[in-house]
Amino acid sequence: MTPETLIKEETTDEIEEVEELLVEEVSIDGLCGVY
Amino acid sequence: MSLTKVDAFDASKYWQLSDMVSLRDEEFGALAYHHVNRRLVFLKSRELVDVVRRLGDFESADDAITALVAPDQHDRYVAALATLEKSALISGR
Amino acid sequence: MGAESTLRNRFERGLAAPICLTWELTYACNLACTHCLSSSGRRDPRELTTNEAKALIDEIAAMQIFYVNVGGGEPMIRRDFFELIEHAVNQHVGVKFSTNGTRIDRDAAKRLAGIDYLDIQISIDGADASTSDRIRGVGSYDAARRAMDNLRNANFGQFKISIVMTKESVEQLDDFEMLAKTYGAELRLTRLRPSGRGVEVWNELHPTLEQNRGLYQWLLARPNVLTGDSFFHLSALGSPLEGLNLCGAGRVVCLIDPVGDVYACPFVIHDEFLAGNVRGEGFAAVWTSSELFRSLREPGNPGACASCGSFDACRGGCMAAKFFTGLEMSDPDPECVFGHGEAALAAKHVSIRPRSSPDHSRRVPVTLSSR
Repeated sequence: MTPETLIKEETTDEIEEVEELLVEEVSIDGLCGVY
Repeated sequence: MSLTKVDAFDASKYWQLSDMVSLRDEEFGALAYHHVNRRLVFLKSRELVDVVRRLGDFESADDAITALVAPDQHDRYVAALATLEKSALISGR
Repeated sequence: MGAESTLRNRFERGLAAPICLTWELTYACNLACTHCLSSSGRRDPRELTTNEAKALIDEIAAMQIFYVNVGGGEPMIRRDFFELIEHAVNQHVGVKFSTNGTRIDRDAAKRLAGIDYLDIQISIDGADASTSDRIRGVGSYDAARRAMDNLRNANFGQFKISIVMTKESVEQLDDFEMLAKTYGAELRLTRLRPSGRGVEVWNELHPTLEQNRGLYQWLLARPNVLTGDSFFHLSALGSPLEGLNLCGAGRVVCLIDPVGDVYACPFVIHDEFLAGNVRGEGFAAVWTSSELFRSLREPGNPGACASCGSFDACRGGCMAAKFFTGLEMSDPDPECVFGHGEAALAAKHVSIRPRSSPDHSRRVPVTLSSR
């Protein structure tokens, strides 16, 4: 439906994330459930 | 904060997986852990894992990607390697 | 949905092996901290033997678990402490151990400085002896500072200073930053959970909502401060904090206790979260096949948080915080930043709460002799 498509395009965050990043990083300390 | 531009990742150079890195296959890619800087990296495609594992067999990163990845994905994989380089997971000779 | 939420979704469904795990070497401890998450004090006679511990390390290496967080009780009390950590790092398993520092004299510091792939985390609970000793006992702060001095003098390199956030310690954040700077150490702040003996002091010690908001802002401005991802429940306040921002229990991490029992995480030492034991079938079998872990890896049900727009940010919070305050898993986190947890607690009039088991607390108070 056209109105919904328009709304999607206005959200710039969505546009950048159309293609999933191949790499994601976190520190080894960034996992919950350890000391 | 320094404003000096850090060298952009040069895919025409030789790169290899750092030997300080452990790579562990997972269902949809791999986990990589750098034992010295404690960075944990998730590689989210099997193709990227192949590129990373075999990177050192090629003359350049560009060659490795060309051999292992579809052409329309080339830049995306260069960008991925650039990210890995920032955390020292891949290094030069 | 963005890339990050996809990764979190995958991790929530579990991995072939933990990324890292916590391993409590002993329930013995020479301190008696009021909030001890493992209710430590007395050694358990069924502790894993040196050989059993080494076999476990071999298994951890074979599974390519990258990193082990060693704790206790006080891990350095074990006679085979150095033997075990050296056995681990020699197989390229990274080790971080958490200690009160009382056993890090000059000789120990020197020996530790010579070990590769080793991180050390020294625990205090205040930026001065008065504040910290109220929780950890008289002399404990000074002992920790001596340990830090010894590590620095032995050129150990960067170690971590770890503080649990209480009503009191949360007012000393800038002092902690200064302390870490003095030693070139990394600062680590973690959440107080009502686990172990912590359940007895949680009501009086946990930060207020206002303090949690302040803590969140302070952390947001300092991405280099470590948190063990323990404040993901505060991420509902805005941008996510550093870390994976999700509960890793049974999915990417777990706990192995001194007698080989495997729990979802160190904050849920209770039968409800017991997955199995490493004796007999070994750790890998427990990680892969335990009923508990399989159920934790099922997609989560938002429960009472379903109508909240922030559920994606906080995932309903911490299981341990809910369990030991008498809430259900489907309830909000007791420290929900919007107050939904407080409301749930009030509505339930919880009188009987689960208690961590086993309990290895000492029966008599501890006094630490000063040097």
